[in-house]
Amino acid sequence: MTDIIAIKNIRKTFPGVIALDDVSFSVSRGEIHTLLGENGAGKSTLMNVLTGLYHPDSGQIQIAGENIHFTSPRDSLACGIGMVHQHFMLVPAHSVFENILLALDKVPNFYSRKKYKEKVQKLIDEFNLDLDLDTPVWRLSIGAQQWIELIKLLMRDCKLLILDEPTAVLTPQETARLFNVLRKLKEQGKSIIFISHKMREVMEISDRVTILKKGRSITTRVRGDFDESKLASLMIGRDKVPQWQKNLQMSDEIVLDIQNLSVRNDRGLSDLDDFNLQLKKGEILGIAGVAGNGQKALAEVLTGLKNTNQGRIYAKQKDITNSNARYSYVAGIAHIPEDRKTIGIAPDMSVDENLIMKSFKSGSFRNWIFQNKKAIKRNAEEKIEQFAIKSGPDGTPVRYLSGGNIQKVIIARELSEKPAVLVALYPTRGLDIGSAGYVHKVIADGADQGMSTILIAEDLDELLKLSDRIAVMFRGRLIGYVDPRNTTREEIGLMMSGETPGEKV
Amino acid sequence: MFEILLDATVRAGTPILFATLGAIINERAGIINLGIEGLMLIGALAGFSGTYLSGSLFVGVIAAFCATFIAGSIHALITVQLRGNQIVSGLALTMFGVGVTALFGKSMVGLTIVGFKRVAIPGLSQLPFIGKAFFNQDLLIYFSFFLVFMIWFFLYRTRWGLGVRSVGENPAAADTCGFSVSKYRFLAVTVGSGFVGIGGAYLSLASTPMWIENMSAGRGWIAVALVIFAGWSSPRAMLGAYLFGGITAMQLRFQAMGTTISAHILQMLPYFFTILVLVISTHRLQKGASQQPEGLGLPYDREDRK
Repeated sequence: MTDIIAIKNIRKTFPGVIALDDVSFSVSRGEIHTLLGENGAGKSTLMNVLTGLYHPDSGQIQIAGENIHFTSPRDSLACGIGMVHQHFMLVPAHSVFENILLALDKVPNFYSRKKYKEKVQKLIDEFNLDLDLDTPVWRLSIGAQQWIELIKLLMRDCKLLILDEPTAVLTPQETARLFNVLRKLKEQGKSIIFISHKMREVMEISDRVTILKKGRSITTRVRGDFDESKLASLMIGRDKVPQWQKNLQMSDEIVLDIQNLSVRNDRGLSDLDDFNLQLKKGEILGIAGVAGNGQKALAEVLTGLKNTNQGRIYAKQKDITNSNARYSYVAGIAHIPEDRKTIGIAPDMSVDENLIMKSFKSGSFRNWIFQNKKAIKRNAEEKIEQFAIKSGPDGTPVRYLSGGNIQKVIIARELSEKPAVLVALYPTRGLDIGSAGYVHKVIADGADQGMSTILIAEDLDELLKLSDRIAVMFRGRLIGYVDPRNTTREEIGLMMSGETPGEKV
Repeated sequence: MFEILLDATVRAGTPILFATLGAIINERAGIINLGIEGLMLIGALAGFSGTYLSGSLFVGVIAAFCATFIAGSIHALITVQLRGNQIVSGLALTMFGVGVTALFGKSMVGLTIVGFKRVAIPGLSQLPFIGKAFFNQDLLIYFSFFLVFMIWFFLYRTRWGLGVRSVGENPAAADTCGFSVSKYRFLAVTVGSGFVGIGGAYLSLASTPMWIENMSAGRGWIAVALVIFAGWSSPRAMLGAYLFGGITAMQLRFQAMGTTISAHILQMLPYFFTILVLVISTHRLQKGASQQPEGLGLPYDREDRK
């Protein structure tokens, strides 16, 4: 096999962080090469180096044996390297046509609109997608946006295609379709770098797997020389995953009752549409659904960050519809937000201060109008000990902590007043396996003590493992409940694409 | 009466129209330019000096374009290349424009030139009501009509225009598709500034063919506000500019008719309407009808990690 690209001893640092430290690997013609690693291991950084967005501090990129130096993405495109970024590189205000045109090669400055529209339409038809060329991209579902990104990549004549977590927003069925496309491309002699942290997918499609850990390439394994557990242990190394036990102690008492909830977003579209949900005491209710089908709006409405247009929410028979965030908290709902750095914490303030942010008004942390520094410090010490937070020296701004430790700070704060309901929106997104395990443990332990959790997650395996019941959402509606003990991924997948199931549960 | 008023509307609106169009090009590429007022003054002085020294109006207009192109490149250098604060840089550019034109304009005060003459377009100028106002005007006004169409065509029908808009909306997307963000932004700022300069030149070559210190009198700021009113679209900029031209023309008319309303109050009207229009248009923005480029005001750094 001939290498079409070889990466040698790449090192890349950002202020205060070594993102990549001596990474080497190569991709051959006609292979699907998977990059596997925990979040923060440097996968995306490495790919950004390959596409010319980042300049490496040292190391070489070789194409067909020759050293290449990329100064911009344009150089990388010229070498036949294309990429689907994890964060979409789309212009939301532009139409589907304009977004694809932007990526098309060799479009003259004065182009014929008719000719190019036909060309783009043909591309869309090839993938059996039902897209109107003139719709602005922001109106489309996240899944459709992902396909546009894929089309942008596929229509360029790339020799090396990089896909950074392309399956995160696809249903299992769509993923299967994408994999068929990838296999076809492979047969045509194209090379693919595939990034995913879903082990099942990695096992299914990879010819070779390179494992990245803390910015280093640990090893490359050929198909047949790896299995799921081996990859997992290589990826995590010696880190311990906290153990937890799930008990079934769901009672029939309903702590949260959502009735006919409708929410429209800033753009006037419906985020939630006649949505109903019941949460029982001590239950972990998983919410499955492709990202962007109303999960975020649900969490925001429950925690009082967003107002409803219609419908009622009752917490323990108390109407909490359209109350503000603080009132919701007092009513017993805690919140782990999706974007922990911008919503979850005040990044430039210390751990101590962040930990009391929800209870700063209570008498125990103040003397008249002044802060009670001693009590705040004591509280922080307790929490740091209890939740095993690695907080660095005294007064360190929270932003310098790792993702896992930031999440622990948020959890410690949210659980400090013993909430009856926890709304967790993608609580393990971007966490290493150890920290994710810790979050699971906290949720499972909480259930033991009677806390109910609404767990919104994108990884079906995570939901199946943790939930007592799973509710499936599609386009802001509840499609139905399934029992995680007797359902299949395929069934949930179908429901995620809007098909109503037969009677279950 | 109506025809005279409409004629005065177009003549008063044209400098603002040029300035608004220039600002739209800037902001479409994602760069806020608060230096419009200063650029207009630079354009006015350069246009006047160019014409006075060479005796040719054409040379004057070119001089205005070039001078503001260069002045605009200071803003471009700071905001695009050095990723500085766009607000601060723009305000500095306005102050620079006011100061530098006062200094170098000293020798031009009191001099006169022959300004732009009306050129009737045969046929069209005979149209009832609008013929005189729109087609019996000077060449710069005809050029402004052409420019409104050209900018629309450029933005929506050429690949360059797609690049400019993409760079203003989501620079990372344009970058990963192989468009050079800094090149597009730099040129949008400088060329846009050049058109603002022509607006300034209209004041000193057509409105009143002479140089008066600080003669733009806040029109640059009105243009900045009009960009928002126009929703970053060139045809709507024309509507907005003539609206303000109309109010100006009307208050002048009132003064000429000798009303008892204080002249100061009347002169205030166009500015008062600026505030009113801004309140209304931002209110509409909040309701989700925003056409504001998403990347407006944000410097683009490829290696910035979010």
